[in-house]
Amino acid sequence: MSAPVNRKPKRAGLPPAFLFLAGAFVGAWVLVSLFGRGQFLTAANITNIFVRSVALGMVAVGQSFAILGGSIDLSVAHLISVTAVMTSFIMQGDPANIARAIAVVVAIGLGVGLLNGLIITKLRVNSLIATLGTGLFMQGLLSTSFQNFAGAVAPEFEVLAYGTWGPVPIPVVMLAVVVALGALVMHRTRFGAHLYAVGGNAEVARLSGLRTDRVLIVAHVITSFSAVLTGLFIAARLGAGAPWVGQDGVYDLESIAAVVVGGTALAGGRGGVLGTLAGVLIFSIMDAMFNQLGTGAFLKQVFRGFIIIAAVASYSFRSKEEVG
Amino acid sequence: MTDERPATVQKPSPSAAGRRWWETLRRVPPIFVVLLVICVWISFLNPRFATVPGIMSFLMRAAPAAILAAGQLFVIVSGGFDLSVGSLITLVVLGSSMLIGGDPANTPWVIAVMFLIGIAVGVFNGAVTSWLKVPSFITTLGMLVTLKGFALLWTGGAPRGALPNNFRVFGRNRLSGVPLLDEVPYAVIILLVVAVVATYLLHRTGWGKQLIALGDNPRAARLSGVPTAKVRILAFVASATSAVIAGILLGGFSGVSTNVGDGQELGAISAAVLGGAKLLGGRGTMPGAIAGALTLQALFTLLNLLGWPKPLRDGLQGVIIIGAVAYTAWRERRS
Repeated sequence: MSAPVNRKPKRAGLPPAFLFLAGAFVGAWVLVSLFGRGQFLTAANITNIFVRSVALGMVAVGQSFAILGGSIDLSVAHLISVTAVMTSFIMQGDPANIARAIAVVVAIGLGVGLLNGLIITKLRVNSLIATLGTGLFMQGLLSTSFQNFAGAVAPEFEVLAYGTWGPVPIPVVMLAVVVALGALVMHRTRFGAHLYAVGGNAEVARLSGLRTDRVLIVAHVITSFSAVLTGLFIAARLGAGAPWVGQDGVYDLESIAAVVVGGTALAGGRGGVLGTLAGVLIFSIMDAMFNQLGTGAFLKQVFRGFIIIAAVASYSFRSKEEVG
Repeated sequence: MTDERPATVQKPSPSAAGRRWWETLRRVPPIFVVLLVICVWISFLNPRFATVPGIMSFLMRAAPAAILAAGQLFVIVSGGFDLSVGSLITLVVLGSSMLIGGDPANTPWVIAVMFLIGIAVGVFNGAVTSWLKVPSFITTLGMLVTLKGFALLWTGGAPRGALPNNFRVFGRNRLSGVPLLDEVPYAVIILLVVAVVATYLLHRTGWGKQLIALGDNPRAARLSGVPTAKVRILAFVASATSAVIAGILLGGFSGVSTNVGDGQELGAISAAVLGGAKLLGGRGTMPGAIAGALTLQALFTLLNLLGWPKPLRDGLQGVIIIGAVAYTAWRERRS
């Protein structure tokens, strides 16, 4: 080894994605002030950016767990659809059914996460194929049983999407709680430490006595649970779920993009939940900016693809490794 | 490798010949058996399937997916993914209809432009992955988003215009007067050419061997002198080129629409995996990948005949790809 490296454990430093977040924020502010309609820096606009981030943010926090463990979850978009539909279908507009609906969709979510984890670890199926398969399967059952918006959520349930807590919208509180819990689990629990170890090098982790299978299964259960939270939020926001809401939001690929833009390595072992939050906020800021510049949805999409590539390139380009 | 035949063949005794037959049979990848079983089943339900015209129509419908799977396999054996092919198909279909603008005289140069766009996309995917070290899953995911956005930006979000007959001929017309077969769809001829060229490139050239070496162990490949960047970029160019061909066929077969390419990338990856390719590289055969795509198409045909609604067919596809990969993993562990 060359020069001695000072290996102080780095703690609580903000991930580099926040630098991009600050850059995106300032850039959007300047561009909108120069060329856009209205002001960028208004309380309403900032709140809007956060509210926009809620649906993607919650599932992206969960996706961070799968990716950090060196796995991936393509089934989240379909699970979001299943959750949204089942929530409004069971609730049928009656507040008395809220608890039952939530219990059912949470049970479905935990089951799907468990199934994903078991297929990946016990049947040794590549996570991409495993979750693609379970996603197709869920969507198949869902689209066969429901062709349109099903039932309705109770008016009381819509608080989840439209309520406020003082000046703060409830959805933003929800996102904050999910991010805080995610960060807590990832950085302050034994499971979190094990997940980093498994994602860094599964074989080494296994030889050091970790039950790597169990760690990955729990990670997938967390990912699926976060998709259920997003599904509940979408049902509350739309008033009912339809079998296409998850795919329409492209939550599978968007959540993966947010995670990697936030600095989590696709190969696993490096990154964290806070970076993911930054990734999600970057997307929302860009959305808000393009809206105010009036450029339309398609140009936004063109840029988004390049932003994903550029952000990840900024973390990876110094690497000497071969990547496939 | 399947090409480990002895150089000199001794005159076999009958029982030895039988054993050799059995050995050869056992080496047939399971996907071909599955494909055969499904095809026989379809023929029982619909005797017209087992006729020459029936097989030709089946191959014509399967051709775009099979070509796409062949292209995808180059990237998969190198250890990568190409998620951008679906959006590239959409771009080819929408872009062609925009550029041709109803004048059939434009078709030849528009097709040339589409191939140039495809090559540019492939070079970009490969170069970003090789030199900026962005995992190809992310590079091509970014391209998926960008190309779809670009295609929709170009047409204003709705399918515009129509493709002239001399463009659509590749996807929907047949060459008549072929001896023995009577009529052969152009798509089937194109599929055949692609299959032969792709099999040759992957299994009979130095580039193909370097590609497999790269996917098997990237560091070892680089240290033993494989020009990894060049090899990988060519793989992405092959995949993008296959998407352009598939786009031309799909545009001909089903006309202009904005979602023609949606999900095609996952179908191609599934087909390659069904055909025995290993994700993250190092193993895969071209005949297997093409058979994988044909099997998926045959399965859809079968389930359609059995009266399954489309969503359930998709659902079963999910179960089948998991089952196939789990079976391969199980066989590998046992041996």
